[in-house]
Amino acid sequence: MIRDPKDLKRYDASERANHWTVGISFILLALSGLAFFHPAFFPLTQLFGGPTWARIIHPYIGAIMALAFVVIFFRFKHLNKMTPADKEWLAKAKNMVDGNDHDMPEQGKYNGGQKVMFWALAVCMLLMTLSGLAIWRAWFGFDITVVRFGAVVHAAAGAVMIALIMVHVYAAIWVKGTIRAMWYGTVTRGWAKQHHRGWYRQVTGK
Amino acid sequence: MALQSLDIKQRSATTTPSTQVRQTVEVAKLIDVSACIGCKACQVACSEWNDIRDEVGHCHGVYDNPVDLTAKSWTVMRFTEVEQSNKLEWLIRKDGCMHCSDPGCLKACPAPGAIIQYSNGIVDFHQENCIGCGYCVTGCPFNVPRISKEDSKAYKCSLCSDRVAVNQAPACAKACPTGAIQFGSKEDMTDYAAKRVTDLKERGYDKAGLYDPQGVGGTHVMYVLHHADQPELYAGLPANPSISPLVSLWKGFAKPLATLALAGVALGSLFHYVTKGPNEVSKEIEDEIEREDSEKEGAQ
Repeated sequence: MIRDPKDLKRYDASERANHWTVGISFILLALSGLAFFHPAFFPLTQLFGGPTWARIIHPYIGAIMALAFVVIFFRFKHLNKMTPADKEWLAKAKNMVDGNDHDMPEQGKYNGGQKVMFWALAVCMLLMTLSGLAIWRAWFGFDITVVRFGAVVHAAAGAVMIALIMVHVYAAIWVKGTIRAMWYGTVTRGWAKQHHRGWYRQVTGK
Repeated sequence: MALQSLDIKQRSATTTPSTQVRQTVEVAKLIDVSACIGCKACQVACSEWNDIRDEVGHCHGVYDNPVDLTAKSWTVMRFTEVEQSNKLEWLIRKDGCMHCSDPGCLKACPAPGAIIQYSNGIVDFHQENCIGCGYCVTGCPFNVPRISKEDSKAYKCSLCSDRVAVNQAPACAKACPTGAIQFGSKEDMTDYAAKRVTDLKERGYDKAGLYDPQGVGGTHVMYVLHHADQPELYAGLPANPSISPLVSLWKGFAKPLATLALAGVALGSLFHYVTKGPNEVSKEIEDEIEREDSEKEGAQ
């Protein structure tokens, strides 16, 4: 693959590895978790060596995801503070979804939508981790009411999170030139100028 | 246990109806608490018939032994000392699975066919399909199922479904020396209970009654209680048991709702792409960058 030396660096190798750790864990967790949620998804347990294995490994993968997410959270937290420009962006997000992004306000490294996604995922991740520990019978034995709340919260936060991640993945597919940032860390200058002009100015000095 | 495939009423984690063509008589075990002497013959018979030997436990200073249900003790006698009408009463309740008509364990179970409800009312665990998640424990309003520490499978009283399938009474009922455990059709057991209740009322227990809680659709293990107005006296037997609303929410309408919502998001994304097209870097910006580059080159 020939890469333009003028491409802009968006993520370093460690950040990419961190994101992939969270991403792979999430996919495995979603597939096995859905299997325990609705019988329609139960055959997915075969991907994990059968239903009992799926039950055994699901929480351990969850622990890996939780740890990897804590790292990614503290890495990117300072870049996800909401600003007035983000609120303006969010107010106009409908136009962007409709395919018209010409008069979107200038955005830094992340736009308002990405920041909302960041915080929504952080809340879901916290709920998933706490409720997951509450229902992890191999290691813990909480009071039945705690376990019942845990089961409801885990299922609800899980469903919300799967929906959020679908939007996250789709946004990356929809906005062309994005996915390469996840693979090898760079984006084109045109991509940066169009979608994150504030960040473009900051890194190019223009 | 036995595969009475024609007599399966409900199966865990299964969204299509089970066999419905044949109707069998609903059975019930009636435990007359007022006639129980606490000899634990039922515990021994259960252990014998099911061929399960629990660890020899410790003396906890009370008669309860083992002190709780375990994966290897599917029934235990629970002893309670209470004062009623200025008299000390020693209440003894044989605890174990109640075989609910609306079983919370079966509702919560994610493994197809790990929990079966037969048309005779027996709720049976099929351990070969159990994945050991413990959701049955979360779903049960009576705190009955136990997960084995050895194999992580769930266990509980089967109401001797293998014996009942060949017209035998459960082992505990067979062994009971006082007739405190009766077994038969649910109708017969209800009639028999009515006679016992009348008798108890004549003897001064004016609150005597049958425990067949309707919150779980009735049960296939019923109690005759001398204080039917206070079932909690009997080692915390719940007065109005029902499947927890949290469990109903989790394994009730949340399931199809969340599944539809997720399908909606996935399809919505696909059709957004198909109708609006990809969001590419505009020609205008590409040209700007190109122009900047050539100006820079020209300047050098």
